[in-house]
Amino acid sequence: MLSPKQTLDTYYLEARRDLLEVAALLDRYDEAVNRAGGPADDESRLKVLREAMEVLAQGDHPQPNRTELLLEHFSKIN
Amino acid sequence: MQIIQPHYHAIARTAQDYERMAMSGVVAVCEPAFWAGFDRRHPETFIDYFAQISEFEPTRAAEFGIRHFCWVAVNPKEAENTELTQEVLRQMPEFLGKPNCLGVGETGLHKSTQNEIAALEAHVELAMKHDQLVLIHTPHLSDKAHGTKTVLEVLAGMDVNPDKIWIDHVEEQTIEWVLDAGYWAGMTLYPVTKCSPRRAVDILEKYSTERLLVNSSADWGPSDPFTLQECIVDFRKRGHSLQEAVEIFHNNPCRFLGQNPKWDIKPIQISES
Repeated sequence: MLSPKQTLDTYYLEARRDLLEVAALLDRYDEAVNRAGGPADDESRLKVLREAMEVLAQGDHPQPNRTELLLEHFSKIN
Repeated sequence: MQIIQPHYHAIARTAQDYERMAMSGVVAVCEPAFWAGFDRRHPETFIDYFAQISEFEPTRAAEFGIRHFCWVAVNPKEAENTELTQEVLRQMPEFLGKPNCLGVGETGLHKSTQNEIAALEAHVELAMKHDQLVLIHTPHLSDKAHGTKTVLEVLAGMDVNPDKIWIDHVEEQTIEWVLDAGYWAGMTLYPVTKCSPRRAVDILEKYSTERLLVNSSADWGPSDPFTLQECIVDFRKRGHSLQEAVEIFHNNPCRFLGQNPKWDIKPIQISES
């Protein structure tokens, strides 16, 4: 099992990469909206992604179950 | 589709990579001199290394029908050894004359120390004196923005031709500075630590592609030569034509590298009929 420091040493850069990919997706969507002159007819997936990030941004989680919370959250979308 | 890998550290990769690249349309790779993972202590080690990438490696690539070109330099991580740097710089002109050597690189900055800056200036001066192309490495991660700004400040104080300078490893926060200053900009696609294939396509869609180069990552660390093909597939998936892809992933390297007459691969036009 990894120590707290080892956990960050091992996975920080991958998490950084994954967050940058999410940021790039949101930028890509905004650029597409600008080009098209309006948003997608159904923005529910975008809304779900933003809500998921709010879950992650909460500092206080009584137990380490963010993944479970997000899976339940994403199940709102078919 | 014919593809050029403009920044490829072949000595750290296998023959199988060459074989798979050939199968995926790669026609040429360009190998800048880089850090070996440890600091070399002797100028002679660099000289042997330069011989390896200018004499031996082209024969390995040729077995798979791939052209191999190289660049020579002391990389910024080893520039702290000023004595070694000076001696290697003294011997570099011999290698600039090799038939596959395209110029001076990759020089640049890592931690942006005074010794690194002095070495960068010396490399650029040597390149300009010998009318060579220059490939400049910019730092990774948290040092990226500061290091890139410093590279641009150093170049602004020198008598250089921006057409002949390629500043590499740009990302979203640095690309505009490089393009606005008139240099060529390179994106390097890593699995984790630098730009990703999809982010590179976003950048290609946002900026004028006239002076943009796209590299895969191919070295001894976690890297993947096929991030370039991944980028091409994503570019095509977004509806860009084959010719648009050829312009970026084949013709742009030809236009930049073709400023050196040793680069004899010409831009190509895909027939639409």
